[in-house]
Amino acid sequence: MGAAILTNLPALLVVVPLLLAPFSAVLPIAGLAWVLALVGTGISFLAALMLQSVTENGVRISYHLGNWEPPWGIEFVVDSASSLTLVVMSGLGFLATLAARRLVAIEIADKDSGKFYAAWLLVIGGLFGLVMTADAFNLFVFLEISALASVILIGMGAGTDRRALVAGYHYLVIGAVGATFYVIGVGFIYAITGTLNMGDMASRLPDAAGGAALYVGFGFMVVGMLVKAAIFPVHIWLPAAYGYAPSAVSTLLAAIATKAALYVLARIFFTIFAGTPEIVDIALSNIIVPLAVGGIFVGTIMAIYEADIKKMFAHSSVAQIGYIALGLALATPAGISAGFIHIGNHALIKGGIFMAIGGFVAALGARASLETITGIGRRMPITATAFLICGLSLAGLPLTAGFISKLYLVRAILETDSYVILALVLISSALSVVYLWKVMEVMWMQPAPARSPKLVENPAIYLPLWMVALGNIWFGIDAGWIVGAARLAATALLGGGA
Amino acid sequence: MIEQLAGSWNYIIVVILMMTGLFMVIARANLVKKMIGLSIFQTSVFIFYISLGKMAGGTAPILDGNPDTLYSNPLPHVLILTAIVVGVATTALGLALILRINEAFGSVEEDEIIAAKASQSLARPKRPTSEAAE
Repeated sequence: MGAAILTNLPALLVVVPLLLAPFSAVLPIAGLAWVLALVGTGISFLAALMLQSVTENGVRISYHLGNWEPPWGIEFVVDSASSLTLVVMSGLGFLATLAARRLVAIEIADKDSGKFYAAWLLVIGGLFGLVMTADAFNLFVFLEISALASVILIGMGAGTDRRALVAGYHYLVIGAVGATFYVIGVGFIYAITGTLNMGDMASRLPDAAGGAALYVGFGFMVVGMLVKAAIFPVHIWLPAAYGYAPSAVSTLLAAIATKAALYVLARIFFTIFAGTPEIVDIALSNIIVPLAVGGIFVGTIMAIYEADIKKMFAHSSVAQIGYIALGLALATPAGISAGFIHIGNHALIKGGIFMAIGGFVAALGARASLETITGIGRRMPITATAFLICGLSLAGLPLTAGFISKLYLVRAILETDSYVILALVLISSALSVVYLWKVMEVMWMQPAPARSPKLVENPAIYLPLWMVALGNIWFGIDAGWIVGAARLAATALLGGGA
Repeated sequence: MIEQLAGSWNYIIVVILMMTGLFMVIARANLVKKMIGLSIFQTSVFIFYISLGKMAGGTAPILDGNPDTLYSNPLPHVLILTAIVVGVATTALGLALILRINEAFGSVEEDEIIAAKASQSLARPKRPTSEAAE
């Protein structure tokens, strides 16, 4: 029994959330649906940790769904790279679910809670599948499961702000176009190689006379995933989607959703097209690196001019995704591990920040803007202090997780001798302090408006928030685990073969 | 030239449909028309896959024991069955959202919705009154 569970862990990671989702949808009691979601994400977290400990020594698990041998059947691959991504995503998914109880009770009608948690589980299960699958078409299916479910979650923000509906609609349309682009690309590559298995594709592509079809297929696949990963200039769906979604949803999506797409991008570059490095190199150095740097600046500058706190940090997510993409696009072991380190740390930072904003919104009963959070530092000290820690981590202060990310990214850039990029990264880091300072100044240094009501802090929100905030400090002081895991991930990814 | 065109007739249709759909998604302000454009765009990809799998003179892939029989490739056709399901789900979800947008904003024209955005949002967060009173 125990052995059967262990060997089937990769499948369970997807099956458990997907199976619990319909039960949660029909449960009449909101609290029970939340318990189901918590159980689902908790089991996934444990499973991901187990997988991570197995793959730590460079072991690569190949799981054949339904015992069909690849390349005919669908294969799930868990190596050091995907297991690290899984641990980050399931861990933050679990903490976001913990915090969701109170946030959802405030923002979502009780009768919709069951359906909310059903969509929540579908997003998480879909993203796990996205990370593990080694079948290019199966990836599209998981992509759409998580995308459609996140549109539902974003649209549920309509109870508090009707603009959530428009944000959800735009995400649906832009996301569907992106996913369809990816399918077109897969069609071309399938036409050249006659296979859908990523490892099989990689081994057949160098010998296949692809010609123009190879370039077109590669281009369509990459552009499709760029949309999903919200890389400049196809990031436009993200600020509104994160900004108007219910607070719990912003936390979940900001922490884990784009990470899966970024990981898939890395696999397209370094696994599927490992045999044709010339086109990958051109795409990375001439397209992805400039786009990543552009995204860093656009996101940071938009955040500086934004008065709505949730949208401000959504813009900042665009910039942070730019840092991750930049690290991955350097295509050196140091660069890719810097990208993976920031995948983990950014999930901690943004998960914490959006949880804290959720706490503010819940207490204020209004959208958090520079105006409404004036002086909130003294009115909600527990939440605001955790927010401060995550903010400092975002700025990259030493002793926080954000510093480790910046340190390894800068080192990786120095290794490649690209001083222009280094200068741009440092300038953008300095710029990010501008919007953080704006928020912190309003929160801590200005007095609260006179006769403002007392604000109640809820432990159901600030306990998970503090776990994330302490995580930011922990991984800032003892970064050994994530750095080691990220190095192994880079080795696994560059080692070729899926 | 003409023969070449005739040989890739399916793919020409695919490109025309794809561009038509994408143009509608980008250029139309009406949300329903955007959704129609998206469906046309997705349909073009379905035709693309189906054309990939079709062999000239090939028959349905049911084994008949004759080694000379030419079969069409069933795999792209099966894949597209999945993609059609995803497409239907996308369209349904999009139309459901449009219904809700129409209820909330009283319009399905994008420019009118953006103009209405500046005004007050629909409702306040539902919060327990006991805490509000404190």
